[in-house]
Amino acid sequence: MTVVLEKPEKSGTAEPVAPRGSRRTVGRPLRIGVILVLWLVLFAVLRGKQTLSLAAADLTDLHRWFNDVNDSIGANRDSNPLFLYFFNEIRLVIDTLAAFVQELISQPSAGRPLPQIGWLGVVGIVGYVSWAFGNWRVALLAVAGFTFLGLQGLWQESMDTLALTLSSVLVALLFAIPLGVWAGLSDRFHRIMTPFLDFMQTMPTFVYLAPLTLFFLIGGASATIATVIYAAPPAIRITAHAIRSVPETTVEAAESLGATRRQSLTKVLLPMSRRTVVMGVNQTIMAALAMVTIAALIDAPGLGKTVVQALQSLDVGTAFNAGLSIVVMAIVLDRVTTAASTREEEARRSKNRFLAWRRPLLGAGAAVTAVLVYLSHTFVWAAEFPGEGGLGSSIAGAADTTTTWVQDHLSGVTNTVRDALTNGLLNPFQSLLTDSPWWLVGAVLIALGAVLGGIRAGITTAVCVGLLVATGMWSDAMTTLASTVVATALVMLLGVVLGVWMGRSALVDRVLRPSLDAAQVMPPFVYLVPFLALFGATRFTAIVAAVVYAAPVAIKIIGDGVRNVPAATVEAATSAGCDTWQIITKVQLPMARGALTLATNQGLIYVLSMVVVGGLVGAGALGYDVVAGFSQGQLFGKGLAAGLAIVLLGVMFDRITQAAARRTSA
Amino acid sequence: MARQARRWRAGAAGMAVLGLTLTACGGAKVGDSSSGTGGGADGSAKCGTFNLAVNPWVGYEADAAVVAYVAENDLHCKVTKKDLKEEIAWQGFGTGEVDAVLENWGHDDLKKKYITGQKTAVEAGPTGNKGIIGWYVPPWLAKAHPDITDWSNLNKYAAKFKTSESGGKGQLLDGDPSYVTNDEALVKNLKLDFKVVYAGSETALIQAYRKAEKNKEWVIGYFYEPQWFLSEVPLVKVNLPAYKAGCDADAEKIACDYPVYDLDKIVSAKFAKSGSPAYDLVKKFNWTNDDQNVVARYIAVDKMTSEAAAKKWVEANRAKVDAWIK
Repeated sequence: MTVVLEKPEKSGTAEPVAPRGSRRTVGRPLRIGVILVLWLVLFAVLRGKQTLSLAAADLTDLHRWFNDVNDSIGANRDSNPLFLYFFNEIRLVIDTLAAFVQELISQPSAGRPLPQIGWLGVVGIVGYVSWAFGNWRVALLAVAGFTFLGLQGLWQESMDTLALTLSSVLVALLFAIPLGVWAGLSDRFHRIMTPFLDFMQTMPTFVYLAPLTLFFLIGGASATIATVIYAAPPAIRITAHAIRSVPETTVEAAESLGATRRQSLTKVLLPMSRRTVVMGVNQTIMAALAMVTIAALIDAPGLGKTVVQALQSLDVGTAFNAGLSIVVMAIVLDRVTTAASTREEEARRSKNRFLAWRRPLLGAGAAVTAVLVYLSHTFVWAAEFPGEGGLGSSIAGAADTTTTWVQDHLSGVTNTVRDALTNGLLNPFQSLLTDSPWWLVGAVLIALGAVLGGIRAGITTAVCVGLLVATGMWSDAMTTLASTVVATALVMLLGVVLGVWMGRSALVDRVLRPSLDAAQVMPPFVYLVPFLALFGATRFTAIVAAVVYAAPVAIKIIGDGVRNVPAATVEAATSAGCDTWQIITKVQLPMARGALTLATNQGLIYVLSMVVVGGLVGAGALGYDVVAGFSQGQLFGKGLAAGLAIVLLGVMFDRITQAAARRTSA
Repeated sequence: MARQARRWRAGAAGMAVLGLTLTACGGAKVGDSSSGTGGGADGSAKCGTFNLAVNPWVGYEADAAVVAYVAENDLHCKVTKKDLKEEIAWQGFGTGEVDAVLENWGHDDLKKKYITGQKTAVEAGPTGNKGIIGWYVPPWLAKAHPDITDWSNLNKYAAKFKTSESGGKGQLLDGDPSYVTNDEALVKNLKLDFKVVYAGSETALIQAYRKAEKNKEWVIGYFYEPQWFLSEVPLVKVNLPAYKAGCDADAEKIACDYPVYDLDKIVSAKFAKSGSPAYDLVKKFNWTNDDQNVVARYIAVDKMTSEAAAKKWVEANRAKVDAWIK
């Protein structure tokens, strides 16, 4: 499960606090220290009182009310006009779309035992489209990637996944682009949309999967809609951002030439922001792919199903195989859309002599593709991927051997690390959070929010704390908070070490980047089994899983930050006699401070998005509550409340760290 | 320009030639071979589509594999398997998207909601499987300390079961949240010095036991039979105070073992009335824990596809299968 919040816009939105801020920062560490000392003192006195803890099977009135609403929807869905004329219609349209795409590339259709377009046709189309919108290098990558999917013996599963991804992205963009344009043009609409987008991205998918099947039934429509809810926000945000970044003077110039609002939108704003909008599409595709394994829990076909089924019998090899296919597909789609977004620019820069040939070549390519599609429609050898997928089984075998070796040889070391971190850091911190009275922790959070992020962040924190108490999940939320903070600290440690290394050396960057991409896209379900073997069913396993998922983002952001430190500054420091260590600690890291806070923000949000996965491997608390709500009817309301608590934690952290980032960069 | 156009034309012609060549040496056409199985078509007219829920554990997968195999090959139904958790599968009865659930573990709450409440589901009799729930320890532990299988000795060993998660007490590991469990009440009412720790998934539970047996670690936790994993690591059940009818009436005060569940089948009310031969198959389907474990083992340990596993079992047990479809 990913949360792809894009970077908070650092330019333009900075609040005018700079002049006063510089004087205030002197006292900030001191004030934080005072707050923490006060907390420790009061904790020692009040330990164990008013902790608002709730046993695993206990419910509050709010939870019961959620249950009742859920039940009454289920009971009335066949008679309620809202269902008959609204939800059922939506379902019909989306189901038709999903079924159409599936019959095209993945499922048998219209009396044929195979889909309309076979593997050769799909590979042809993918290659041609990548070449036409990108360049020949990504076309080569795309063809190789898709062929690899077939060689793994997972062609049909991959196409099911691609079909689900394509139809969700299509539906998502249908809403996201207009909403994004609107949010780009209107400040007020932007303000209204932002909390909704936060909500859509941080609410754990497990929470709304079961209700979705209630509204839209089991099958393609529900899977598509679940994916759309999760994948649309990045496109909305990035489109709005793109529209906003078009220079005002350009728009004014167009208006002074007599362009109407509509004209300036279609002739100026949209064309000028096209490149960024394509990046939004890219992010939406990535988010949709991240949903593949989760959607498999409501019977969405494809690679996710293979991963989930393999997990049941602890078959690491097979799960890894399917996970690898998801990674390959994600990398291909990512590179192709990225190339598409920069194509025009590149074409203009390189005075390619083939430019004149482009049109005829495009035509010829289209003809070849058409022939390939025809062949794959007609002949079995071109429709069904040949071979037994031998590559897949040897990769699975290798993955199995590796994990067994790691489990056998490393579990002694890992247990030591686990116990040291759990007893030395996690347990004391968790008991500080869960055994203090709720109002004390709440007050500390609000005070920290106000000191780090300013008055407005303080107010947001206060609201979040109040709502957290209202969900009835306070104690579990604090347990989750403890693990989240520890995981984020580890993420930042890794982020600084590897990020600085990457930022200082282009070679390291090139070597590390693909594995960072893979770690982000590989479904967490795949590495749960080996991690369980190494660390057991503990909170620590959940923390490790979260770090694997969240560290790449932090590393990339810090790497960029370090690289962007002006070379002249570094040279000046070198000539002044600084050694490498001094340059890093005295020049590069301080100057990349904005990147560090941004990395903390993204690290925290990404860690939070793994809370539910943590619930599957022994982390308990909110993650377990959400999973339990998905599994048991009488816990539905509690699961929903736990999901809301995760959203509240996310919003709270996001607002504090963003405000803090604005203040440090100002 | 003219030269370019000529090249373009030449290119297109080349493509067309290439295309024709490829077509000429084409080979088998899509749909050629499948028309041979037309015999199945009129068979499936009688049975139609059979929507079978597949709940996420391997034992259930074994049930579903065998029933689906028989329905497809003997009754010529078109079987659509749907991978769903229990709660969602039951929801599907009302909307007509699920016809049958093959292995129901108690779930009185769901029965109340969908059978007596919404009346969208009906019972279709026992599967013949006995569901046993309880606390289990790895075999090496039962061998080294035979008295551990009596619950009253558990406190003696509590300190050995301590982990980083159990807050100074012994750890009792529970699994997936959809399991039927009274463990928190049991620990409290039997005055055991243990804390229930939720692993959160069956995968986590199995991995814990597997590792414990391999490295001789101390683990006690929730488990159940029939389960394929028991054929890999034969866990030993710990005896809790014996179950008597009614001793689990008050969930807060439970201090006795779990009852033996007669696992049963649930079908949608519509499906029961449809007259489909698949319904008769589901109703008559009945086998033993050993039968299920054999098929589950084919799937989980021998890594056969569920079709291949079902085929192997059905061919070896033709007599049992024939009794279901008469």
